[in-house]
Amino acid sequence: MKKIWLCITLAVGVGWLSTVGCKKDTISPDSEEPIAFSVPVGWPAPSYTFANNKLTQDGFTLGRKLFYDGRLSRDNSVSCGSCHQQFSGFAHLDHPISHGINNLLGTRNTPGLSNMAWHPAFFWDGGVNNLESQPINPIENHVEMDMTLPEIITRLNTDADYKKRFKAAFGDETINSQRIFKALAQFMGAMVSADSKYDRYVKGEAEFTDQEKTGLTVFRQKCGGCHAEPLFSDFSYRNNGLLPDPLVNDTGRAHITREVTDKYKFRVPPLRNVAVTKPYMHDGRITTLEAAVERYRSGIFASPTLDPALTGGITMTDADKQAIVSFLHTLTDTAFLHDARFAEPK
Amino acid sequence: MKMKLMALSLALMGIIASCTKDKENDTPTGNGVVKLEFFNNVGSSILNLDNQWYLNEHGDSFKVSKLNYYISNIKLNATYNPYTETESYHLVQQSDASSRAFDLATVPAGTYTGLTFTIGVDSLRNVSGAQTGALDPTNGMFWSWNTGYIMFKMEGTSPQSGQLDKGLVFHFGGFSGANSVLRTVTLNFATPIKVTTSGENHVHITGDLLALFKSPNIINFANTSSVQMPGAEAKGMADNYANMFTVTYAGL
Ligand code: HEC
Ligand code: HEC
Repeated sequence: MKKIWLCITLAVGVGWLSTVGCKKDTISPDSEEPIAFSVPVGWPAPSYTFANNKLTQDGFTLGRKLFYDGRLSRDNSVSCGSCHQQFSGFAHLDHPISHGINNLLGTRNTPGLSNMAWHPAFFWDGGVNNLESQPINPIENHVEMDMTLPEIITRLNTDADYKKRFKAAFGDETINSQRIFKALAQFMGAMVSADSKYDRYVKGEAEFTDQEKTGLTVFRQKCGGCHAEPLFSDFSYRNNGLLPDPLVNDTGRAHITREVTDKYKFRVPPLRNVAVTKPYMHDGRITTLEAAVERYRSGIFASPTLDPALTGGITMTDADKQAIVSFLHTLTDTAFLHDARFAEPK
Repeated sequence: MKMKLMALSLALMGIIASCTKDKENDTPTGNGVVKLEFFNNVGSSILNLDNQWYLNEHGDSFKVSKLNYYISNIKLNATYNPYTETESYHLVQQSDASSRAFDLATVPAGTYTGLTFTIGVDSLRNVSGAQTGALDPTNGMFWSWNTGYIMFKMEGTSPQSGQLDKGLVFHFGGFSGANSVLRTVTLNFATPIKVTTSGENHVHITGDLLALFKSPNIINFANTSSVQMPGAEAKGMADNYANMFTVTYAGL
């Protein structure tokens, strides 16, 4: 499967026409830059391959409309895009924990969304195993959107534009949960961030300052074991030495596996666009990148499940620390953060 | 899809017909219908939702407000050519009579000795993303925080329940590893059924809810009244429901 994928690049700009059928009943504006999904050079095969959900322009734009539509929440006030903001790498800027309907608060920090097709699982505890299954959780969660799927389907069915879009994307006007999830998966799956200064440096197309070069070297030594290139995560679950919050007592991965050995382990977050996705960590307790890096030196809390690599903290000089911080800034992909295809349609 | 399947099965029938002619003239051909009907009982009484008290093996009384379970990957067993249903996912809901009976509509003519099915949804479909039909998450049999189907769901009340509201909430899920609650059941027919192109066979499968609380693990509602995640408790009760079904009728 994976091997096949390596050979395939979905050039959807052309491919989508064939799936729509004979009537080119498309509704995507001509001005729209066509969406395509391809595996950046040197990247591993993605987990989500669009094999059962062919990426098409109409499927993608339908997914985008759903992503930015407040009608997916009970009182129409909260869309996926309310918490996942493009300028913030699709995280929720300055909100340590999620902030949903009626100003209700969740317990976890909104992660940025990019390169979702490479994620083997979703959420800080890895509880969700497929990109298509992910949106059910925020939709039904009482402190996020507090909606039911049948109610969303009823709402969308009263909207002629949606009917047209479901037809263009899937062949007929039927609106069901499967199609909603597949469209959202097309939108989120196509959001690839691989054009940061770091990426261009690796390809020999951009220069790093001396400090950034040092930062990359130190990062590879001290952090790369978990935040592995090119996605800056090995997608394992680890305890990186945060003191558990006694009020919430979020046990992380153990919540899913029920294993004491997984207590306080969280998914290693990919660090792409990390400079703009503050605050940091699963509960958003750290507000700056400097503090996030400093903590690895001076703030590691030892507990039975602490990752062995972090016992005693990571030694680094002040210069090393500054270098890592400036290196992390090179992971910001400005083109991605401003890509009109991923933005809320005007 | 249906059309394609029809066309395919017609083509297959053609092939089978043309092949078998040379060999044996009396080999039955064509497809027939086997209707499967699920009946949920509590011991020897019929399960009435909401308004009847029952007694479990431990001696706790209880009422049932909901009973739903998945039956998947149905196979009719035969000495020579077993039949496997494709896209075999059924959600049996006590509150919906139409969900408790369904047809295996294209069973090749022949003699079948029993059936095999899985209680729950196989692991592959638990990891394959958005599904539809019986597997649509709008059916309320899906966990969104720990992806996977709720394979078996029973809700009710008991004065012995350890919950403040005296509720019983049994949602069994988990499809992988040691805590899988998937159980495959094989049941034999008292006498084999003969499927022909004419005449419809009926198979009655009776589920006894008492079995859920009985064997091998006796359930005491004071200790176990709410199971809503994969784990040892769910697994133990899955070992119980593996024994709950019997075939009570098979024939024309
Ligand atoms: C109220 C804020 C909020 C809303 C609204 C919201 N999310 Fe999220 N999202 C979060 C939080 C918080 C998490 C992390 C949850 C966790 O780990 O338990 C998350 C996680 C995710 C993830 C997983 C990312 C990863 O790296 O694992 C995806 C994908 C996602 N959301 C998509 C969506 C979609 C699609 C919608 C709309 C249907 C949506 N979100 C609505 C706050 C929100
Ligand atoms: C042992 C594995 C491991 C090592 C080594 C490691 N990290 Fe992490 N890192 C994690 C985990 C796990 C988290 C998420 C923890 C949580 O939220 O509970 C994390 C979170 C972060 C975050 C927050 C990201 C976000 O989106 O919230 C940053 C920034 C970060 N690490 C940077 C670094 C740097 C810089 C280094 C090297 C000095 C490093 N990490 C070394 C495992 C590791």
